[in-house]
Order: sequence, then C-alpha cells, then structure tokens
Amino acid sequence: MATMPDVRKDGFRLSMLIYDTRYRSITLQVIFLGIFVIAAWWLIHNTVENLRALGKDFSFGFLTVRSGYDINQRLIEYSSDSTHARAFLVGLLNTLLVAFLACISATVVGVLAGVLRLSKNWLVARLMTVYVEAFRNIPLLIWILLIFAIMTESMPAPSAFRGENATSSMMLFDSIAVTNRGVYVPEPLFSRSLGNLDLGIFLVSLDLLAIVAVILGSVLANRKLLKTAERIQNDTGVRPVTWWKSILIFLAPLVVLKFALGFHLGLPELRGFNFADGTFLRNSLIALWFALTVYTGAFIAETVRAGIMAVSHGQTEAAAALGLRPGRIMSLVVLPQALRVIIPPMISQYLNITKNTSLALAVGYMDIRSTLGGITINQTGRELEGMLLMMLTYLVISLLISMAMNVYNASVKLKER
Amino acid sequence: MKKSVFLGTLSLTALAAGFASAATLDDVKARGTLNCGVSTGVNGFSAPDSNGVWQGFDVAICRAVAAAVLGDPMKVNFITTTGQTRFSALASGEIDILARNTTWTFSRDADLKFTFAGVNYYDGQGFMVNKALGVSSAKELDGATVCIQTGTTTELNLADYFKANNMKYEPVPIETNAEAQQQYLAGACDVYTTDASGLAATRATFADAENHIVLPEIISKEPLGPLVRQGDEQWSDIARWTLNALIAAEEYGVTSANIEELAKSTENPEIKRLLGTEGELGKMLGLDNDWAVRAIKAGGNYGEIFASNIGEATPIGLARGLNAQWTQGGLLYAPPFR
Repeated sequence: MATMPDVRKDGFRLSMLIYDTRYRSITLQVIFLGIFVIAAWWLIHNTVENLRALGKDFSFGFLTVRSGYDINQRLIEYSSDSTHARAFLVGLLNTLLVAFLACISATVVGVLAGVLRLSKNWLVARLMTVYVEAFRNIPLLIWILLIFAIMTESMPAPSAFRGENATSSMMLFDSIAVTNRGVYVPEPLFSRSLGNLDLGIFLVSLDLLAIVAVILGSVLANRKLLKTAERIQNDTGVRPVTWWKSILIFLAPLVVLKFALGFHLGLPELRGFNFADGTFLRNSLIALWFALTVYTGAFIAETVRAGIMAVSHGQTEAAAALGLRPGRIMSLVVLPQALRVIIPPMISQYLNITKNTSLALAVGYMDIRSTLGGITINQTGRELEGMLLMMLTYLVISLLISMAMNVYNASVKLKER
Repeated sequence: MKKSVFLGTLSLTALAAGFASAATLDDVKARGTLNCGVSTGVNGFSAPDSNGVWQGFDVAICRAVAAAVLGDPMKVNFITTTGQTRFSALASGEIDILARNTTWTFSRDADLKFTFAGVNYYDGQGFMVNKALGVSSAKELDGATVCIQTGTTTELNLADYFKANNMKYEPVPIETNAEAQQQYLAGACDVYTTDASGLAATRATFADAENHIVLPEIISKEPLGPLVRQGDEQWSDIARWTLNALIAAEEYGVTSANIEELAKSTENPEIKRLLGTEGELGKMLGLDNDWAVRAIKAGGNYGEIFASNIGEATPIGLARGLNAQWTQGGLLYAPPFR
C-alpha cells in the first residue's frame, strides 16, 4: 500500500469495506464464504441431530454382514452367503459392464450417424435426421421400458422351443436362442484352459488375459509396421503395401492362441425350465444397453456432425487439390481436426452414459443402484450410508472417465509451440 | 461485520433447534388428515376402486385409525409406496403409519427403528405357477425363473429355500405387484412368489385364473401388520389398540350394525370398557372415550373387514385359516381391555 501515493495517511475506516472498491470484493467473498459454511454446517448438524433423534448411528459395518439375497447377473463369484460389500462389488461390475458396452456401441452408432447425416445422398441424410431427432427428443427411460416390453411381450417363451412340434426354433445353426427372458448365445470355452488368477477379491481368467495380451501385442506390432511404412514413404515417396501384413499380424497370433487354448463354443441347450449353458444376455441388459446406445448415439451423432462441419471447407478442397481421395481426405485431413472439437463434448456423453445406467432400476438390471442402493439399503435400513457410498462410487467412476478422456484430448488437441 | 455473522449463526442455531419433532398425534390433529402408506395396488388389500376411493384390508386399518383420531374415516391421505420406498417414507415422517402387508421381523423392529402395532394378517410365502408347466411341488422348481418383488423379506426367504433344497433359480427383480403380474403373464418368469394372500389377490385379477395354481408349500412365516416409527409411544399405542379394538369387537360380537345399540344396552363390562361407556380408556390414549366406537363403525370389526375385502365371498376368496379368532382355532387374540 505504501507504493500507492494516493492512499491517505489517516488509514482504514470500517465503511471502506463496502464503499472502497479495493476492499469490497474481499468483503463480499468473506460474507458468501461465511453463508456457505453456515449452510453446510447446518445441514450436517441437522442430519446428525435427526439421526440421533431416530436412535440411528452412522456406520458402514453393514457391509461385512451376510447379504442373504441372490443376484441373477454376476461377473464374479457371489451367493446369498456373500457379504453386502461383495453384492456392492457385483453391482459395480454390472454397472461398469453396461456402461462400457454402451460407450463403445454408442460411439460406433453416433459416428456413423453423424457422418451419414452429412451424406450427399438425400435419403440417407434425411433418415439420419429422423433418427437423431426421434431418439434424442424422447426420454431415455421410455426407450428402456419400450425395448424391454417388446422383448418380453413379443418373443417366445423357452417352452415354445420344446417338443416335437415346437413353435420356435434357434437361429444360426442352433446357436442363438431369442426368448422373452433374454438372448442365449454360445459361450467361449477352452479345453486347455490356463486357469484363473486369484486376485484375492475375485478371479481373473488367464485365458482372457492371454487374449488381451496377444491383441495388444498385435496392435503394437502393427503400429511399428505403419511407422516403418511412413518412414519409407517420407524417404522415397512410395508407400509400401501394408494391408496384408496388418491382417497377418492380427490374425496369425490369434489363430495360434485359439489352438493352444483349445477354443470351442458351448452352445445353449434347452434343459428344464430354461436354456442352460451358453452365455445368457438378460432382457434387462439388452434393453438398457440398446436404449443407451441409440439414445446417446443420437447426441454423439450431432457432436460428430458439428465437429466435421467446424473444419473449414477449404481444407477439404485443398486436400482434393493435392490429389487425395475422399476416404483419405476424411481420415487424414478432416477427422484429425474435427476430433479436437468432438472430444470435449464426447467426455460429457460418456459420463452421461455411465450415470444413466442407474435407470437400470426400471427393468430390474442388477447394477450398483439395484444391489447397494436398492436391496442392501432396504434390508439393512442404512439409507444415508448406502446413498453416500453410491454417490462416491459414481463420482469416482466419472472422474476416472473424465481423466482418461482429458489425457486423450491433450494428445489430439492442437499442439501450440 | 463479524458481529452480524455471529448473530446470524445464533439465529440459525435457534432455527435448527426448533426442528425437533412434535408428537405424531398432535401433527395428525393439526394437519386434519392421516398420512397412510399403502402399496401401489394389491387387489383386496389396498387398491383404489372405480371411483378412485381406496379400498381394501390394509386400507381399512388406516380408516379405523383416522376415525379413532380424527373422527372421520375418510380423512386419510393415501401415499403409495413400493417395497423399496416404504421404510424411508415412514422413517422420514412422510407417512404416519404404514399399512402395506409388511412382515414383522426382528431387524425391522430393532434395527430399522419401527414399532409394529400387531399382526392383522398371518401369512406365509408361496409360489404361483401356470398349470401348463406340470409342476405340483415347489421342490420341482430347480432351474426356474422366479419373479420376485425386490426389497422384501420374500427375497431372502427365496434365497434360503432354494439353497436349503440345493436348487438353482434365476431371480427376476421387480418393483411392484403390477409389473410382476405383467411379467408373469407374459411368461418372462415361470414362477411368481410373494405372500400367499398376495398370490391369491393377484390370481383373482387374471382373466384365466383357473389356469394358475398356488403350490402347496408355504416356505416362511409372514406376520403382516401395520407399523409406525419407534419412539412415539402414544402414537404406537393408538395404532396397536385400534387394531386390537377391531379384533376384540369381533370376539365380543360387536359389529358395525349393532354397535349403537350395544353401546346403550350392553351389560357386559368388557364391551362397555371397549365402547367407552365405562372407564376412561380413551383418555389414556390421549383420545376421547368414543374412539373405539368410531374405529369399529368405520369398516366394521375385524371379521367384517376380512369378509368384505378378501373373504371367501370375494373374488380373492381367502379362508380365515390362521386368521380366525383364538376361540375358533386361529391366532387372533386381543389383550384384555381394562
């Protein structure tokens, strides 16, 4: 203050807190901080007081108690003898499963629809407009219920597949059965399985790890191949043919692995009340997955269209003038620039999908909202603890997705040097 | 500045302190209506009729309590709850009493901090299947798909029963009775399980009721009754003794038809105390002495309520069975009014 010559020496008066612009902003901030602290304190105090009045304590001890209920779709070992914590974990994995599936399929549908909406073909462009407008303007919950109802009401019951004159039959060489309870598809089996890796909390199939490792290795090898091709192209101006090498890099290790593990398919088979064996995709999963895909896909389509249209038309013309074909123009010139516009809103869409999976409740899909937030809360009466834990879980998942997407965004955004 | 913030804090603290809840009876009287939690619609137990008026066996309990407390059985605000929302609704004070075929269990009483007013229906969990399945016993249900209302004791019983009998099943969790009915009729599940009374009530609404059977196995004890929040003894006493008054009225032969006459002419001291012509029982509850008369007149005594809502003359057609008076070989036994 001493550096400011116009400050009077007679110092500080209380009214300056309001009338002096130097202090006013600080005064206001202090007031609002005070109000915020009081409000938060009051909320917590009120909760604690009311819990005490009801004679309830605040404890997460219920998580270690036997749950006593069964869950139909479980990715890890679980029975009614498991704890509530494990039921929570089963629900969490179910949430992540449907969120993961929906993120991938919504991206595929969305990018296709977004690009096709810009098509020069009048019919295709209009069809995509109808798709986008129909799906993004009707609430997601209604789509979920509608798809679930269609699956339940119009598909045949498993009993229709039985007997001499069955009214329904399985599709694709008796490998897929579509019933009103869900779809049974063949399951992958390994006759020379590597067994499971015990992580303490759950088992991880080593077969799956092996497949992931091989695919990852193929991707890396392919990237190296493309880099080499690029270098040769830069040096000589002629790009070596790589497509059959790429196919070989991806296919050959997988074929070898398939025989090494003794891979074969387990077909679903009607036994007793239901189909046995095979993988069972329940109606609830299908309805949720499909509805999330088409609904969020419509939003992603608009994002993609906006991203592509944000790239100046001059870029396309310039690329064409250099003699690039339309496909190359899209993949080499337009999309890399469009991605910069597309990625940030895309993060929001992925977060939306993850949070919208909690609508699983409507069709009885056993996600974290149905296990921890539904049955566990109901059987133990720990609403506050359960809800807080659930909020924290969604928050952590969302932040992780955000983080991953932000890292990706940083890698594609315009590098300013 | 600091001073006013401090004063603000003080006034807010005072506000928070004023939130301490008053007695439920005073709340209900001040409001003029009773907030009663019921199911989203189980025919015969709680469902609105064609005029939109709630009718049913559980509804009758709410009407009786409203008549006893407020003097008018129609002053009830019915709030629908699902198996999942009912306890939160009661604990938060959204409803004053929950009459929604809720099973009295240890943990609900002790851990969830509720007080059960008694048992108005002794029930047990059963299974309903389509006759076409050719199943005659629950022991043959290995591998079946079972529709089940989520957040209920039936969910736990089911897990225990199939585990004890070393059978597998595929649970299909469902939120309300109506959804369960739809799923079951569409064949999305082989079996529907809930309390046997609920099965009978649901089956009665089917167009082809004769094609569905309730299997003979009853796999659990389900004493159903109305419940209130723990900690307000006066209010839980009112709920408990209103229910007892309905049961006692049947035992002593007091019906909605003869109650006026009996109140004047009876010489039986027990009936006199019940109907408030002798003693001060109503005052002890914080009500007037006619409370039981109004409660019984609202829908009749227990037997009348049973007969008109779920008895053998109704489409639901439940026999009294365990729910007969103790003098008739049942379990209904009201403590003495003295």
